[in-house]
Amino acid sequence: MARVGVFVCHCGENISATVDCEKVAKESGDLNSVVFSTDYKYMCSDPGQTLIKEAIKEHKLDRVVVAACSPRMHEPTFRKACSEAGMNPYLCEMANIREHCSWVHPKSEETTAKAGDLVRTIVEKVKKNKPLQAIKVPITKTAIVIGGGVAGIQSALDIANCGHKVIMVEKQPSIGGHMSQLSETFPTLDCSQCILTPRMVEVAQHPNITLYTYAEIESVDGFIGNFKVKIRRKSKSLDENLCTGCGLCTTKCPKKKIPNEFERGLGNRTAIYVPFPQAVPNKPVIDRENCNYYQKGTCKVCEKVCPVQAIRFDQEDQIIEVEAGALVVCTGFDVLKPNFFPEYGYGKYKDVIDGLQFERLASASGPTKGEIRRPSDGEIPKKIVFIACAGSRDPAKGIEYCSKICCMYTAKHAMLYKHKVHDGTPYVFYMDIRAGGKMYEEFVRRAIVEDDTKYIRGRVSTVFERNGKLIVRGADTLMGAQPVEIEADMVVLASAGVSNPDSEELAQRLHVSYDAYKFFAEAHPKLKPVETNTAGIFLAGACQAPKDIPESVAAASGAAVKVAALFSNSELTREPVVAEVNRQAPPVFSTCTGCFLCEKVCPYQAIEREEIKDRNGNVIKTLARINKGLCQGCGTCVALCRVKAIDLHGFSNQQMYSEVMALLNF
Amino acid sequence: MIRLGFYPGCSMEGGAREYQESVIALAKVFDIELIQIPDWNCCGATAAHNLNKELSLSLPTRILALAEKNELMDIVVPCAACYSRLTVTNHELNKDKSLADKVCDVIDMPYSGNVNVLNIIQFIQKYIADKLEEKVTTPFNYNVACYYGCLLVRPNGILKFDRPEDPQTMDILVKKAGGNAIDWAYKAECCGAGMSVSRTDIVARLSGNIIRDAVERKAEVLAVACPMCHSNLDMRRPEINKFLKKEVDVPVLYISQILGLAVGLDAKTLGLQRHMVAVNLPEKKAEQPAPITNTIKTEA
Repeated sequence: MARVGVFVCHCGENISATVDCEKVAKESGDLNSVVFSTDYKYMCSDPGQTLIKEAIKEHKLDRVVVAACSPRMHEPTFRKACSEAGMNPYLCEMANIREHCSWVHPKSEETTAKAGDLVRTIVEKVKKNKPLQAIKVPITKTAIVIGGGVAGIQSALDIANCGHKVIMVEKQPSIGGHMSQLSETFPTLDCSQCILTPRMVEVAQHPNITLYTYAEIESVDGFIGNFKVKIRRKSKSLDENLCTGCGLCTTKCPKKKIPNEFERGLGNRTAIYVPFPQAVPNKPVIDRENCNYYQKGTCKVCEKVCPVQAIRFDQEDQIIEVEAGALVVCTGFDVLKPNFFPEYGYGKYKDVIDGLQFERLASASGPTKGEIRRPSDGEIPKKIVFIACAGSRDPAKGIEYCSKICCMYTAKHAMLYKHKVHDGTPYVFYMDIRAGGKMYEEFVRRAIVEDDTKYIRGRVSTVFERNGKLIVRGADTLMGAQPVEIEADMVVLASAGVSNPDSEELAQRLHVSYDAYKFFAEAHPKLKPVETNTAGIFLAGACQAPKDIPESVAAASGAAVKVAALFSNSELTREPVVAEVNRQAPPVFSTCTGCFLCEKVCPYQAIEREEIKDRNGNVIKTLARINKGLCQGCGTCVALCRVKAIDLHGFSNQQMYSEVMALLNF
Repeated sequence: MIRLGFYPGCSMEGGAREYQESVIALAKVFDIELIQIPDWNCCGATAAHNLNKELSLSLPTRILALAEKNELMDIVVPCAACYSRLTVTNHELNKDKSLADKVCDVIDMPYSGNVNVLNIIQFIQKYIADKLEEKVTTPFNYNVACYYGCLLVRPNGILKFDRPEDPQTMDILVKKAGGNAIDWAYKAECCGAGMSVSRTDIVARLSGNIIRDAVERKAEVLAVACPMCHSNLDMRRPEINKFLKKEVDVPVLYISQILGLAVGLDAKTLGLQRHMVAVNLPEKKAEQPAPITNTIKTEA
């Protein structure tokens, strides 16, 4: 016979304002098996917890029901208290009479009666509770960081500096990401390369970091602490150990007119190339799609000129398998495709460029060596129109969100332009100026006041060419929506930041959720900003939503701490609320018939197949088995199981039936 | 023979007779019979929806209900304003069931909301475009500035037709007829619309800008798909010329007339003589269609 104690909390006035707590406690005392019941103002407070602990000892309670707030709020608190009093913590349950009762009903007899009903159901449930033990899972103390932009770099360095191993996987031939393409950064105007490249080098040289560039995640299996990850190392057609990075091959390659991705098409590269001078690793790869040898079968100039014979034309992609305890996804973002703006003439007029292209024009290492020269004829533009919100905040075009970084970088662009072309005039068309951030508003003011940038509040309807000028037609809404036409020499679109084209595929490969815009979704927008719904996989940077550098770095360090905290234990403790397939004596073994419907519906890939073999090794039966490390206790398999072979610890069918029966007064 | 519903609206019985004549003639070439919706009424035009929402929906609903009663589930509405009113009505009724019931009550007729309203370009795309190239006998070998105006492509959220800021559908049809659809800047700018009567000076300025840009970019013809646009660009030419301070005689043709000429219909059948600005197109070698340039690079 169970000995249940019921503790009714007033939660200040949160519950007691509408529920007669005293009455609930008193009536609960009359329930079958309840040997003690009381109420208290703040049950979660130290005296409240002491009250529970002492009652457990005094009345020899073996089950506890706390009628208070949501278990999401304080279940761990009360279970810990019970555990300290010598009880198995999983024999403590909560009846939610706050969110489910006092907060949603007016003060009345019925409200109190409902609170009583809720307590009664949980008392019936707790009687069927079984003592459970927390699950221990071993941890592989290696983290995989996917993406080598500023977020990935920060995350990798932070984890590595905690003494853990890190494997960084970068798709491009070099790490650095978008930040390495930027000229200067707001709001300090310090050079992007200067602050980033030392970090890139640090990643390459760190004893705890293994760097795989030109590599992608092939598959992810396993669970928190125990991931098995396959990485595809794309062939670079090069023996990296031999290559000294002298760069002779890149100067001799006859294919010289390939649009350079790093320069956003404003410059050219060769087929064997290093993406940019500060690349890490500073060793070339062969772009096979543009290489004469791979396409036509002859050339091999690079092989002939290589002083150390490092070229390997027959090198194949290599799949390596690694084990990891956690993953940090830092895959970054992309910029809207040009066909989004037929009205702005992007792709039609050479001098309509996007923000990243402007960064390259302004960059000292860019195609114009930092001089602002327009792409069509290399002239210095005397009038540049910057169009903010090009695609962003435009529900008609499907991007409702604010890309966040554009207000700031547009102000920066105007400033950089003015600093380089003193007699030039920058115009900015904007909707609102969003400059929330340390020194951000001041920065925008500087662009307007000191650098004389003409800010025009209004949208641009169209850009067209007339007599060699780009005519930007828009409205000035601060002047009564007056139509404005500006004859510009160049137009820069602050194109919306969007998710990477392959982000959906990667999310599915990692089993993490993503939003309508294909950005990766955090587990909670406020309180779990770097976690995903899959335990052990973390997020950082612009793969979650457009973010600026400080924000990306902060998220990256946050994710790194989560990884370090995970790795600080030798074993992982998990809630034992997991499903289990029943097992019985032979010849039945289990009521499971092996239909594996559960396997299909499990969102966490926690269902495994277990073969029961006889002494000769012949398979008698194949059963479902639940991987306790992966199971999140959602119960979907329980609902689907046709033969009721699966039960969920802590929420067994029996417990559920008891609750329902109690409600029906049976 | 394909039989489709046809809603002429007021203008096609009057000022834009040639539009009606050319649409019907073009349809005939492709074995399509356009059946006028019996007992049709005014679509409400600009007046109704400025005054009374229920009225502005009831008038078009009656037209749609009549089409449905006569089993004309695809109706061709060449006037861009009528097309806009009818499409918006369909949208509003399908969005709000109680409103639909109320409106049906007013007109005392049932209407399911399922009649498909086609503008002239959608009609051509759906029933003619595939067979157009093989029927072209006299390629329309001219530089054509396709002018879409406002109502054909906006509001895009409701019409879901073409790109509102840089429409392309008419350009594609002109190219299929052997013409050179030029890239220009005033495709979807305002012509002055209903100001035609009350403020001719505004129309002269707005339509003047359109004509000037087209001519500066070597257009030999303007193509339109709206009687209002046509009347402003054609009938108001004296005022436009005064605004531009020069004589501009570029003709303005309906897209149906251009395609009609390309498939060999004669000028009289297409009503070319009815325009205010005389249509005197220079003779050109038929077998050499103009090169198609100014294509916009779009990424897949």
